Amino acid sequence: MPGKLKVKIVAGRHLPVMDRASDLTDAFVEVKFGNTTFKTDVYLKSLNPQWNSEWFKFEVDDEDLQDEPLQITVLDHDTYSANDAIGKVYIDIDPLLYSEAATVISGWFPIYDTIHGIRGEINVVVKVDLFNDLNRFRQSSCGVKFFCTTSIPKCYRAVVIHGFVEELVVNEDPEYQWIDRIRTPRASNEARQRLISLMSGELQRKIGLKVLEMRGNAVVGYLQCFDLEGESGLVVRAIGTACTLDKLSSPATFLPACNSPSKEMKESPFNEDPNPNPHSSGPSTPLKNQTYSFSPSKSYSRQSSSSDTDLSLTPKTGMGSGSAGKEGGPFKALLRQQTQSALEQREFPFLTLTAFPPGLLVHVGGVVSARSVKLLDRIHNPAFVGIMGNTRSYKLLDWNSFNSDEPETRDAWWAEIRQEIKSHAKALGCHAVVGYSESTSICEEVCILSASGTAAVLSPRFLQEGTVDGSLEQRVEENLPVGCGFCHIPYDELNMPFPAHLTHCYNCRKQKVPDVLFTTIDLPTDAVVIGKGCLIQARLCRLKKKAQAEANATAISNLLPFMEYEVHTQLMNKLKLKGMNALFGLRIQITVGENMLMGLASATGVYLAALPMPGGIQIAGKTPSDGSYEQHISHMQKKINDTIAKNKELYEINPPEVSEEIIGSPIPEPRQRSRLLRSQSESSDEVTELDLSHGKKDAFVLEIDDTDAMEDVHSLLTDVPPPSGFYSCNTEIMPGINNWTSEIQMFTSVRVVRLSSLNLTNQALNKNFNGLCENLLKSLYFKLRSMTPCCLCHVNFTVSLPEDELIQVTVTAVAITFDKNQALQTTKAHAEKSLQRASTDNEELLQFPLELCSDSVPSHAFPAAKEHPESASSNSGTPAAQRATSVDYSSFADRCSSWIELIKLKAQTIRRGSIKTTVTVEKASPMGDGNFRNRSAPPCAGSTVGVVKMTPLSFIPGAKITKYLGIINMFFIRETTSLREEGGVSGFLHTFIAEVFAMVRAHVAALGGNAVVSYIMKQCVFMENPSKNQAQCLINVSGDAVVFVRESDLEVMSTQQPAVNCQPTCTGEVTT
Amino acid sequence: MTSELDIFVGNTTLIDEDVYRLWLDGYSVNDAVALRVRSGILEQTGATAGVLQSDTMDHYRTFHMLERLLHAPPKLLHQLIFQIPPSRQALLIERYYTFDEAFVREVLGKKLSKGTKKDLDDISTKTGITLKSCRRQFDNFKRVFKVVEEMRGSLVDNIQQHFLLSDRLARDYAAIVFFANNRFETGKKKLQYLSFGDFAFCAELMIQNWTLGAVDSQMDDMDVDLDKEFLQDLKELKVLVADKDLLDLHKSLVCTALRGKLSVFSEMETNFKNLSRGLVNVAAKLTHNKDVRDLFVDLVEKFVEPCRSDHWPLSDVRLFLNQYSVSVHSLDGFRHQTLWDRYMGTLRGCLLRLYHD
Repeated sequence: MPGKLKVKIVAGRHLPVMDRASDLTDAFVEVKFGNTTFKTDVYLKSLNPQWNSEWFKFEVDDEDLQDEPLQITVLDHDTYSANDAIGKVYIDIDPLLYSEAATVISGWFPIYDTIHGIRGEINVVVKVDLFNDLNRFRQSSCGVKFFCTTSIPKCYRAVVIHGFVEELVVNEDPEYQWIDRIRTPRASNEARQRLISLMSGELQRKIGLKVLEMRGNAVVGYLQCFDLEGESGLVVRAIGTACTLDKLSSPATFLPACNSPSKEMKESPFNEDPNPNPHSSGPSTPLKNQTYSFSPSKSYSRQSSSSDTDLSLTPKTGMGSGSAGKEGGPFKALLRQQTQSALEQREFPFLTLTAFPPGLLVHVGGVVSARSVKLLDRIHNPAFVGIMGNTRSYKLLDWNSFNSDEPETRDAWWAEIRQEIKSHAKALGCHAVVGYSESTSICEEVCILSASGTAAVLSPRFLQEGTVDGSLEQRVEENLPVGCGFCHIPYDELNMPFPAHLTHCYNCRKQKVPDVLFTTIDLPTDAVVIGKGCLIQARLCRLKKKAQAEANATAISNLLPFMEYEVHTQLMNKLKLKGMNALFGLRIQITVGENMLMGLASATGVYLAALPMPGGIQIAGKTPSDGSYEQHISHMQKKINDTIAKNKELYEINPPEVSEEIIGSPIPEPRQRSRLLRSQSESSDEVTELDLSHGKKDAFVLEIDDTDAMEDVHSLLTDVPPPSGFYSCNTEIMPGINNWTSEIQMFTSVRVVRLSSLNLTNQALNKNFNGLCENLLKSLYFKLRSMTPCCLCHVNFTVSLPEDELIQVTVTAVAITFDKNQALQTTKAHAEKSLQRASTDNEELLQFPLELCSDSVPSHAFPAAKEHPESASSNSGTPAAQRATSVDYSSFADRCSSWIELIKLKAQTIRRGSIKTTVTVEKASPMGDGNFRNRSAPPCAGSTVGVVKMTPLSFIPGAKITKYLGIINMFFIRETTSLREEGGVSGFLHTFIAEVFAMVRAHVAALGGNAVVSYIMKQCVFMENPSKNQAQCLINVSGDAVVFVRESDLEVMSTQQPAVNCQPTCTGEVTT
Repeated sequence: MTSELDIFVGNTTLIDEDVYRLWLDGYSVNDAVALRVRSGILEQTGATAGVLQSDTMDHYRTFHMLERLLHAPPKLLHQLIFQIPPSRQALLIERYYTFDEAFVREVLGKKLSKGTKKDLDDISTKTGITLKSCRRQFDNFKRVFKVVEEMRGSLVDNIQQHFLLSDRLARDYAAIVFFANNRFETGKKKLQYLSFGDFAFCAELMIQNWTLGAVDSQMDDMDVDLDKEFLQDLKELKVLVADKDLLDLHKSLVCTALRGKLSVFSEMETNFKNLSRGLVNVAAKLTHNKDVRDLFVDLVEKFVEPCRSDHWPLSDVRLFLNQYSVSVHSLDGFRHQTLWDRYMGTLRGCLLRLYHD
């Protein structure tokens, strides 16, 4: 008996009136865990019952403790008829199972009913006594900590980052079971909620076991998702990064990693460093003089040109192992080899982290992504047909008995996609993928699986236990140029996997950088950025014929490459239009509907000082003879140029000029054929190449050859910048803003629009969709206007197509205020700091007058005079190059070849033009600031009693997180049969989302927390049937419950225990 | 492309004070949008009409959801659905219970029943306050009335505790409840010149001195009902005007004391008996409910109007009433001094407040 769960029901309040005659309620409570149920006495005739029950004790396995939720049901006693349920509370007791998290759950929980919503509150106290379990073969994984946060949690230190963990479980969806026809909607919803809660618990436990196997103690960046596959079932899947974390005893001291007691030298092949001295001392590091002439004997591009090679690679072979020895500098080889050895045991060298401990991230290659279209056919789940057909007794939890082979099917699907991602990363010369995420889009029986991440080279520092030699580690730090190292290309410049224009790094001027960089991660804190960042979105709709099953899947697969191409083109153009050269936090979502596909890409654009200045956009008409047409074109050109100039001013992008000589002559362009891997995982012999890099034209020109193109240019210009005082980004921190004040406002906004006409064109659709997103943003700016100056951070758009002509857009973000006046000072201070740091690395930088930053010429005239005809080649490269779409289901394989031909054909025809780069050589400036500091503002006047903050970010501005209390992962269903009475669809959903927030806050408060960080609304599935006056919505949210202390408070109570001070007083009675 | 659904939910509930005011004033969403456009908000913020429409709808929906809680303000403090800072909660409650002067004058002293509710249409047309707003205000009066009607303890305290109103507003509600309970007539034409403030002032004095609570603080309804025993006793005062000697003596005492001090002395002297008869008869009649209701009509008819027609300055009225009350103590044949003081002390305060144009 490894655990004893104790529950006490204290009281209820604000209960609904259940007895019309007396206007009162005779309430009692059922407490259920596993198969054991306890009941309280009936508290007669009160809306505020005081049960004050005894301690109900459940003696349970810790396996059950992890899987099962505590289920509390409040009922109204009825002498003559059946007792009426008032509502339920599910409490996840997982947080009580870690030693350092919460010790008690105690507080007021909203009583929730899936039909009526919140109906009063109940005060519950829950405790767990865990006995030490000596059984080594146990199935539980108690004690493994889970974090949604995609970085190392603030009060922990990463000892080892073990790597990727994943798991999925499958069950049939109670909503689609035969019994659903005879039971009430309430019973059906509750069965679903309970099932998902159970499945999440099981999933988490299984992942925990994997972590223990890897000798880790925590999962960071844990992301759990549901796939509602309808009749074919319900999939709960999760990915995360296994780590060994150490709690920082004092939040102030950050111990260096090498002090870890667990360090064991024997494993390290580099225990005896060949010659440590030249590496670790003096400013003349070996890196400085290193010439990067890699041997072309083993090129990554070749390696990746056929994906089946990669698929056949056993993990033992490792990534880039062949090339390691042949690479230039001994240090790099060393580093590569070590990292590789750390990673090679892993099947998938993926990290779900988006921010990293200092020194981990060495180079970034670019975005890698893979998509696959699958048919959710019952044929795939033969066991299922039997179940649906016969009258076998209904057993909710017994999924293993009938569809045990199902997880394998789904596992195989994901394994394929991950293999593809892995091989793409390898093609980019990277041995790891960071900022990795997976998603699905389901419509009827078609499912698109997507995965994306950023190919990267990591330092071995955190990857293997005790293998890191101290001196090596130091070298890593010293040799990495300040704030630009991650931009340097990880791949062989003579054998680039795609055509990219390389230049010497504008920051250190020693290594090569691409001209643009797309990534899915957050901006590294040490990155040198010029000006501010901004949210950049590409939006796209494509009509698709309605079709069934395979025909439908074919149609989707045919469309996908074009969507990817256009999304990429849009992103590129918009980035140029903003005068920026890098994207962070890129997330491309492709949503499938009955008759259309939607693509929405969001990212945060920045100007990286290390990267070259982006060229402008030139427009060329097809028929130059026509005079008026010419005039129109030149007018457009002027507008574009004006926009670029305006944006540069707006985002304060004014990199200082650099004369050409310093940079040196550009590297001869390796005119390689670019390739996009388009593999079909099924019969993967064939590989197609899709050129996303705008062809091989030398000009960087938008050709306007038809009205479509004209529309596209127009739509580029219709994106209005946020009103003054507002900034927006989809990353954690806004580049260029670092003086956050303490006011935050997290919100969710949902819009559903009905497309007016059935005969829509792609163009009209695009316009509608664009308008929808733009209007939504405008509304947000308007609503939050009282918070200015402020920044919308972590803006997360989700698109779904619930019905034929409906588009649903859901946005969750947080608005954070900042102090305009402090901004300048801090930036300057940091600029000085980074200047100093830079100077140790590069003496030339010392000559930089700081004033340059402020009064340098903002930009060049367009098109700029300094053009490098030889270098202005096709361009776009890094991120685009690695996209793949795979079509994959058995009966469809034979059509693939013709499909590939089609793509090749279409790729020619859709190429409207490419963009001419006008490279202007400029000197990089150390100004800019990726680092943010929590300058605490004066504390809010009103004491925040019982307030629970919610934020999608991993931190709370102006505050210190002192304790992580556990993961919050909640799933709710709400249904109504009186839609009009509840204020229509808007009223219904508004109430529901407010209720979800309330339940999250209540759970956090009961754990003793006062905030949720890394909050995410993973799913918001809304269905309506207005003619029947019905609607249903499913919401899944997660986050980390934490205790935070205001920095200002922290100073005051230096001696006191911080956690004590901020215990929320939510449970306290408010005097009336 | 039409918007089917459009919502914004913040972790902290956003409250726009301007929109709240428009909502309280009972404007429809479209009217509110039009009013907001007229306020120049579009120019200030660069927003579009569509944005404004969506924003207004959203706020209206939030307010609609909050309304249920505002009906029992302590619930607003305890509920978990909307996270609202305490200062904002107070603002929501206070504004929700704030009423229009024009409206309250229409229903003050009326029975807060369905019948009166039906008249709200007319009140709305007459006052120019939207029907919706009238309903809210009426329902507020009724709700407060229902809750505190049969409660023991101080009326103002009870209101404050159950509705979390500011002291000022709680006092106003006490007056409204008191007037509604005693059904004082305030709508007559001659009373039109009086403001709600005038009545509220009188109500407070009456609650303090004429109710059960004034003598016994442990009674139910102590602040709402007038002290019946006291009203019965008031008949005893009749002797002051019925007994000719007593009346003459009273008059001579007042005249001696005020000679040379009043600018309207001669008018006072000629009118003394009429005025005194008026004031004492009002007291004597208070045993009948009907006459209690007409208290203010009587006071204005019997005292305010005669004085006003003779152009008494307020200072003279004050001097007169003081002397009129005090002089009774010197009447040896009169035994109801405390009763007189309880009656006249309050009445004097009321009359002085009621005496204006």
